[in-house]
Amino acid sequence: MIRLKNIQATYTTVRGKVTAVDNVNLEIPEGIILGIAGESGCGKSTLLKVIYGNIDSPLALEKGQIEYGFTDEHGTIVTSANIREHWFKGISYIPQSSMSSLNPVTRIRQQFVDYLPARADKAAVLEAVRDYIQKLDLPVEALDAYPHQLSGGMRQRIMVAMGTYFNPNIILADEPTTALDVVVQKGILLLLMDIQEEMKNTIFFVSHDMGVHFQITHKMLIMYAAKVVEFGDSKVIFSEPLHPYTKMLIESLPTIGDKHHRAGVSGRPPSLWENLVGCRFAPRCPLATELCRTTEPAFREFHPGHFVACHHAEKANQLDEVAIRA
Amino acid sequence: MTTILKTTNLNKVYKLGGLLNRVRINALDEVNLTIERDEPVIISVVGESGSGKTTLAKVILRLVHPTSGSAIVYDKLIVGKGDKPSNVEFFNMVQPIFQNPFEAFSSHRAVDSYLADTAVNVAQLQKTEVVAAMAEALRLVGLDYQDVRGKYPNQFSGGELQRVSIARALIPRPEIIIADEPVSMIDASLRMNIINLFLSLKEEFKRSFLYITHDLATAYYISDYIAVMYRGSIVEFGDARKILADPQHPYTQLLLASIPDTRTKWERKKIALSDIEAKEFGFTGCRFCNRCPIAEEMCKVERPPAIKKEDGRDVYCHFA
Repeated sequence: MIRLKNIQATYTTVRGKVTAVDNVNLEIPEGIILGIAGESGCGKSTLLKVIYGNIDSPLALEKGQIEYGFTDEHGTIVTSANIREHWFKGISYIPQSSMSSLNPVTRIRQQFVDYLPARADKAAVLEAVRDYIQKLDLPVEALDAYPHQLSGGMRQRIMVAMGTYFNPNIILADEPTTALDVVVQKGILLLLMDIQEEMKNTIFFVSHDMGVHFQITHKMLIMYAAKVVEFGDSKVIFSEPLHPYTKMLIESLPTIGDKHHRAGVSGRPPSLWENLVGCRFAPRCPLATELCRTTEPAFREFHPGHFVACHHAEKANQLDEVAIRA
Repeated sequence: MTTILKTTNLNKVYKLGGLLNRVRINALDEVNLTIERDEPVIISVVGESGSGKTTLAKVILRLVHPTSGSAIVYDKLIVGKGDKPSNVEFFNMVQPIFQNPFEAFSSHRAVDSYLADTAVNVAQLQKTEVVAAMAEALRLVGLDYQDVRGKYPNQFSGGELQRVSIARALIPRPEIIIADEPVSMIDASLRMNIINLFLSLKEEFKRSFLYITHDLATAYYISDYIAVMYRGSIVEFGDARKILADPQHPYTQLLLASIPDTRTKWERKKIALSDIEAKEFGFTGCRFCNRCPIAEEMCKVERPPAIKKEDGRDVYCHFA
């Protein structure tokens, strides 16, 4: 179990502090792909940074702690205090832009070797890397290339290979396919799914594309304006979402073969600088009542394993009538 | 019948590298599209990065000069040899919308100054008419002039700012608007508002759109015609619904099968990806041949011609 306890992360700016992730409490089982969805600015990338332990000014972990569910060599549970010592081996990160993550002036194979302590036997390591690349069905010649010689999709697959090479317990992927074409995206997602099935890592997968989440995730986490609004099994989230925002996110995009009218969600997310009261989605929500505008809904377990922060979760089935026509 | 868009043998070659290792990239390779209709239409050009779709948009916007070939928009020759309209006339007919509205507007200038400049320089309105024209254009995109006046780009959300850039494009009342990936930078919940705006502008304001995108789902939703491009060539062109309901070129089929939709899960089988793109531009035959499941020997040598199907579409494949 990976436990996120009261996580609150802030950015310090000249205007003061802004809370980008607000009071997140979650227990995430291991060995699954967890999808994190939400709009830009909702805090999904910040949450990932906090989990990775990549907390540098202006970002700060104001409150809370994470327990990662694996132990260090002394048998104590790794927490957010010492996660940095476990980078690569215990937790790894696949970024969005492979071009700015790979060193442009050294060959790919050198960048694999760079991971290791200086005393390691380079030839043996390279041999192991070659085997691993072959196992993933990637062309071995790619190792001898410079990053700019490879296509964007190939580079990103190299990043996936690097991120998974040490078989870490946790893999964080921040929009790893957003900049890519659909065919390439499918290739990379299939690769990631194969790796996860074999190695049983826990993957945190951030994307704004609900279609991608449907294809690969086991559980889903929906964020809105720094808050977690829904968490549960992907199957249930896609068939019976409880939060109106989730529902709108799923239904707003068109699908091929279905030409009936689709409306976007009107309005925009609130500015996190304002003093926010009540439910943050209320101004855009078709079910909102006076209660929503004044009292913040608690994040509660509505069905076993299905959490939601909404006062009107029991009315979720009425959303069909109200929401899409709103 | 109006010729809304017609390109004839449009070619654009980019040369990369130095004298010794020069690579020629055919960003556009014999692109032939003809759309003749009386009503306004939405034409989608879809393809992956490096397919030449943005180059096509730039050629039609006269931002890039083609190596050879010509283009006609609304019965007027705009690119190629012959009598062409001046830039002012041209931009009264054709207007662009770009991908990232935050890059399209300078962060140091109020956004309404762009609208005013367009009204004066392109639409050639008198100073007294400018405000009315701006207010009218903003009303068409669902904004109020009072809310926009004097504001800077950082005071808008991406969706609102993209609306402003659409309003700017509407001021000269162009016949056709070239929209290059207009929604790819906009959040999912706001994206459909822009897409629906295109539809209503087509219906009510009677303007045509050339919608350049990599997103087949939105292309299906709004377009009348669709052109699928791969490495500089058109692979399939015709009625949007017919093509997306029943794709005939193997590349269109692959593209459709790769969309992550929220209904059915993918089959878990390997797909062929390209490793080095520049290589494919150099193929003498069909550029898709090394990834194509039905390719045969002749595909490697002979470029497939346009084959007209009975439903009116063009398919550039020997075996479709």
